[in-house]
Amino acid sequence: MSNILVVAEHLEGKLRKATLPTIGFAKKAQALTGGKIIGLVLGHNAASVAAELATAGVDHVILVDSAIYADYLAEAYAPAVAEIAKVKGASIVAAPASTTGKDFLPRAAARMDAGMISDAIEVFSHNGAVAYKRPVWAGNLIARETSTSAITAVTVRMTNFDAPAAGAAAPIETISLGFAAPDDTQFLSFDRVKSSRPELTDAAAIVAGGRGLKSAEAFKMLEELADLIGGAVGASRAAVDSGYAPNDWQIGQTGKIVAPGIYFAVAISGAIQHLAGMKGSKVIVTINKDGEAPIYQISDYGLVADAFKAVPELTAALK
Amino acid sequence: MKILATVKRVFDTDGKPKLTADAKLDVSSIDCKLNPFDEYGVEEAVRLQEKGIATEVVICCVGPEEAQKEMRTALAMGGDRGLLVKVNDTESLDTLSIAKILAAVVKKEKPDLVILGKLSTDSENNQVGQMLAELTGLPQATFAFKLTPDAGGWAIVGREVDGGTSDVKVKLPAIITADLRLNEPRYASLPGIMKAKKKPLEITTPEALGVSVKPAIVGIGYELPPARKAGIKVASVAELVDKLRNEAKVIS
Ligand SMILES: Cc1cc2nc3c(=O)[nH]c(=O)nc-3n(C[C@H](O)[C@H](O)[C@H](O)COP(=O)(O)OP(=O)(O)OC[C@H]3O[C@@H](n4cnc5c(N)ncnc54)[C@H](O)[C@@H]3O)c2cc1C
Ligand SMILES: Cc1cc2nc3c(=O)[nH]c(=O)nc-3n(C[C@H](O)[C@H](O)[C@H](O)COP(=O)(O)OP(=O)(O)OC[C@H]3O[C@@H](n4cnc5c(N)ncnc54)[C@H](O)[C@@H]3O)c2cc1C
Repeated sequence: MSNILVVAEHLEGKLRKATLPTIGFAKKAQALTGGKIIGLVLGHNAASVAAELATAGVDHVILVDSAIYADYLAEAYAPAVAEIAKVKGASIVAAPASTTGKDFLPRAAARMDAGMISDAIEVFSHNGAVAYKRPVWAGNLIARETSTSAITAVTVRMTNFDAPAAGAAAPIETISLGFAAPDDTQFLSFDRVKSSRPELTDAAAIVAGGRGLKSAEAFKMLEELADLIGGAVGASRAAVDSGYAPNDWQIGQTGKIVAPGIYFAVAISGAIQHLAGMKGSKVIVTINKDGEAPIYQISDYGLVADAFKAVPELTAALK
Repeated sequence: MKILATVKRVFDTDGKPKLTADAKLDVSSIDCKLNPFDEYGVEEAVRLQEKGIATEVVICCVGPEEAQKEMRTALAMGGDRGLLVKVNDTESLDTLSIAKILAAVVKKEKPDLVILGKLSTDSENNQVGQMLAELTGLPQATFAFKLTPDAGGWAIVGREVDGGTSDVKVKLPAIITADLRLNEPRYASLPGIMKAKKKPLEITTPEALGVSVKPAIVGIGYELPPARKAGIKVASVAELVDKLRNEAKVIS
């Protein structure tokens, strides 16, 4: 059997959107391998998530509902994922390339003695085998890799696959695994950055600020512009390190990978590690007072100006 | 407490990579360096030693003989000794192979804390720490920006996760992977560099550790990503708005 297992990500009773491109990836892989796409929900009182997943393009849903999955822990997820992969005959086990997927999937891969591909952006056939492309070198190089293990674990870059069309509800199977809760680790807290704005990874517009803004206060003008165009706010690592923006806003090699329709880079110089996270944007607009800043080399439109003047002016002009 | 901090010799990714005619990476003119994420891991280990919490810090690398250079760079920051597991062609090893070798090192050294970087800046897998945790049966705390061992044999770790931050408590021994806000790595001082030259650096092999590995992931070449062209500069906010509305049509 060569089924494809997709581990769903969810929060507060709702399927996270990051799961959908992962199913999109699974569809492409399925065209090469055949088999079924099985969605897996590990959670507590998570029937609503399973129901949502059932219409998201999978062929089958498995719900493992237990208090030990109430708070996310890799030590609890990994054995469950490995067990379900085994009993359901999976040849590919996929999860979003989110901080959750990146945390538990390598652990599950080691348990399954499986090779693992991180951040897949493409799946294709190579001499009859399934092969993958993934960005390396801060996005300046694409590696092509194949796997020789019976099972291959794959995290999927959200920006590179479409969500499949919603389908008829797939059957939901409830399984209990009987694993005990891990006793050498405890979840303590999740300090969530509250926001009414769209998530960076699926925002159509992003206004991102850099160190040049010099204060958290200055990010308010970016927020105002973002709210006007229905976008999200992002930041460079230097801005986050300086305390101007929360870590969740960071875009780049160590932050989020984004690909909005329009990306405003405000007072960001354009280090390769930042570009690694936003080069896939459709239109890039730069506002920087230094006309030589490297970010202009990848910008569609550049305005050489003081951000403190240009951003409020832009917001006013768009009102 | 004994700490094992891992370091990888990575290619310097600041330069633009070049490909050979058969789609391999042309590494002939590329320098190597210590993986930046590992500097944060080593720094944390050294700080715990300076605070008197760690009694011994061992720097471990799987790599070619040349990797002693990166190990000395780490030892110049601090730590007591190095352990190089000699593999000439680390490029042929996948993450699971590296993790299996490191698991054998953990079995031999019995550290209370293993600190890895969360990611290598060249091959960017972000897997080795998590795999090592499974193979050793130890708890993991990845993407750490805060690490506080307590007196009862546990450590509280602040993790950078999507949507904010999360705290977990792991029982030692445990596996930690370092993110960039964990600390600010020091520059090695001249006395540090001199001292590092004299620190013991043992060289072993996977065979001597009793591991044989066969990588599952096989590289089949590289390609360059589509290049983005520089666009135009506009003279004013009014012109920018006009272009966005009427040319790019991305804003109404
Ligand atoms: C291993 C590693 C991983 C990294 N990961 C990331 C990552 O994920 N994301 C990331 O962003 N960085 C990352 N970095 C850091 C990266 O190398 C840069 O240091 C960082 O992106 C710089 O941020 P910046 O552009 O905001 O700051 P700077 O480079 O300091 O640029 C500030 C810019 O603001 C402009 N400016 C100043 N004042 C004004 C004004 N009034 N109006 C308009 N413009 C103004 C300046 O001209 C300048 O171009 C990483 C680095 C390493 C080593
Ligand atoms: C030219 C080239 C060709 C390659 N070909 C292949 C290939 O064919 N197949 C393949 O699977 N991989 C290949 N690689 C990747 C390479 O072998 C990786 O080093 C290995 O897979 C580990 O991945 P990573 O460093 O990205 O791990 P990550 O999980 O990103 O590393 C995280 C942390 O683990 C620790 N760590 C990782 N490696 C070591 C090490 N060697 N010693 C000590 N600590 C370490 C470090 O603390 C690091 O910060 C190639 C790399 C290059 C540059």
